[in-house]
Amino acid sequence: MKSHTRKLPVLPVILFVALASVPLLASWLNDPFMIRIFTRILLLGVAAMGLNLILGFGGFVSLMHAAFFGLGGYVVAIMAHHEMYAEPLFGFIPGSSSLALTIPAAVVVTALFAILSGIVSMRTAGAFFIMITLAFNQMVFYLFVALQEYGGEDGLQILMPVNLFGLDPANRTSFYYVCLALAGLTWFGLSRIVNSKFGMVLRGIAQNEGRIRAIGIEPMRYKLTAFVLSAVIVAVAGALSVASQGFVSPADLAWTRSGELVIMAVIGGITTVGGPLIGAAIFILLEFFISDLTIYWQLPFGLLIVFMAAFCPKGLANLPIPLRNFWMRPRHA
Amino acid sequence: MTFALFVEQLLNGVQFGTMLFLMSAGLTLVFGIMNLINLTHGSLYMVGAYFAVTVLSFIPNFAVAVVLAIPLTAVFGILLDKLVLKYFYARSHLEQVLATFGLIFVFNDTVRLLWGPASLPMPLPPSLDGSIELFPGLIYPTFRLVVLACGLLVAGCLYLLITKTRAGMWVRAGANDRAMATALGVNVPYVFTAVFAVGAALAGFAGMMTAPITAVQVGMGEPILILALVVTVLGGIGSVRGAFIAALMIGIVDTFGRVLLPDAIGSICIYILMVVILAVRPAGLFPARG
Repeated sequence: MKSHTRKLPVLPVILFVALASVPLLASWLNDPFMIRIFTRILLLGVAAMGLNLILGFGGFVSLMHAAFFGLGGYVVAIMAHHEMYAEPLFGFIPGSSSLALTIPAAVVVTALFAILSGIVSMRTAGAFFIMITLAFNQMVFYLFVALQEYGGEDGLQILMPVNLFGLDPANRTSFYYVCLALAGLTWFGLSRIVNSKFGMVLRGIAQNEGRIRAIGIEPMRYKLTAFVLSAVIVAVAGALSVASQGFVSPADLAWTRSGELVIMAVIGGITTVGGPLIGAAIFILLEFFISDLTIYWQLPFGLLIVFMAAFCPKGLANLPIPLRNFWMRPRHA
Repeated sequence: MTFALFVEQLLNGVQFGTMLFLMSAGLTLVFGIMNLINLTHGSLYMVGAYFAVTVLSFIPNFAVAVVLAIPLTAVFGILLDKLVLKYFYARSHLEQVLATFGLIFVFNDTVRLLWGPASLPMPLPPSLDGSIELFPGLIYPTFRLVVLACGLLVAGCLYLLITKTRAGMWVRAGANDRAMATALGVNVPYVFTAVFAVGAALAGFAGMMTAPITAVQVGMGEPILILALVVTVLGGIGSVRGAFIAALMIGIVDTFGRVLLPDAIGSICIYILMVVILAVRPAGLFPARG
């Protein structure tokens, strides 16, 4: 007899209640900086969850997602820039400081770039894919370094305040709840996708692409769709992140940022939908506290990453498995 | 574009290409034989340059400093392999990327701790610091010619080593089919160590030879690491010949792209070239595994 009890999502509910109370805690502790840190955690968490669609569920280690993050951000910043100088982009696209218009624009631009780069990179797998995505990331990086019109290496400051349906991101608490809503939506949406037929095919491709092809499914469409979807989620996070900071620069899309997104996803556990959000929180809080202690924060941080790769590569969400293996290992091999 | 300018840019391009080849030769072999994605290859480039600068501060002779720093970098590479990377040969690519990415953090901060955050100059001896008039209208820096000559010399030696010697045959056999090479009696762990040491020495040498032109600084190897990865992918993983051709191609196209094309396109033309080549040949120009 199969039981149809639905597991109540206890952990996500607790997590979101805790995250929702962050602004209250911040005002109680009189620490407004806390809201900014947690806004960053939420947005990078959304990006890491988006990346994980292709990384954890598709099995493709992409090192170009910082490019999508930065691309989304640059679209928002460039549109605001053109609105301020009242000169249309390419001579016919009017600038805008309304995120309700520029985020969809960021999505379209990123999706187009993801389709083009995906068609080339998705034909390969494994190490080739890693190296090609790394090269694509550098390509976008150097493109924005070379675009002197938009600040080049120094980056682009948003001087025209942007707004989301009239909400100014400088209103930190309200903006925080917008980001929280986005994180919740992403978590929910990705859970639905991963457990749908599409998600099943995607996970099948990760395990054995040959078998998927053998049962008569052409994998490329699925891989490309997942890649573009993952890029678009990351771009939305990037757009909101730049709107919140009021500044974007090529440093936001450096290849090391792509590596950091992968690390966030892995810390939390790439076999889960929400793990990367928790991973982003751990990553940013660790970075914050270690860099508070010493300016040489990269040294202990790098060692932690090496140890994680060596001993706990499936992330915290799967920690019980290595522990269980350790305790239940047969004594005589 | 005058003829003199053309020759000057061509020399610059070939010189850049040979330095890229020194970086990618080790990368492509380490990947081809050990199946290891080694993002710390850029750190070896940086460490080599720091070793050379340090030796130079004790023994003020450029050639001696370079000759001493090369084995130091090779030893550093062997230690890195034996202490950490060895354990990741059989792991997934994701775990290799994570571990070597973490190591980049570690090396960058360790270098910052030991040598300070400021970039260090690497002074040239007066004999190398000047320029030579190659023909009327073209005055070219002497040191760049030396770099070019050294790069081509090393590339030539490496080519002979890999195509004409028994050790080179083991390496090619390992890159082509590791299991079969082991079965035929090649001592694969020994080959691993040798390849890693040579790869580290080559990367370090490239760092030392570039240092007087740029400067010695933390993270100097990262942009060149990614270009070396592009070269590796284009040349075909595991193929030294492919890496040489791809490195020269990237060096020349990048140099001329920056001179002839508008900024935004010139700085990304090598990536566009990569995309076009991979669209036609997804496994690179000369894949080692047939």
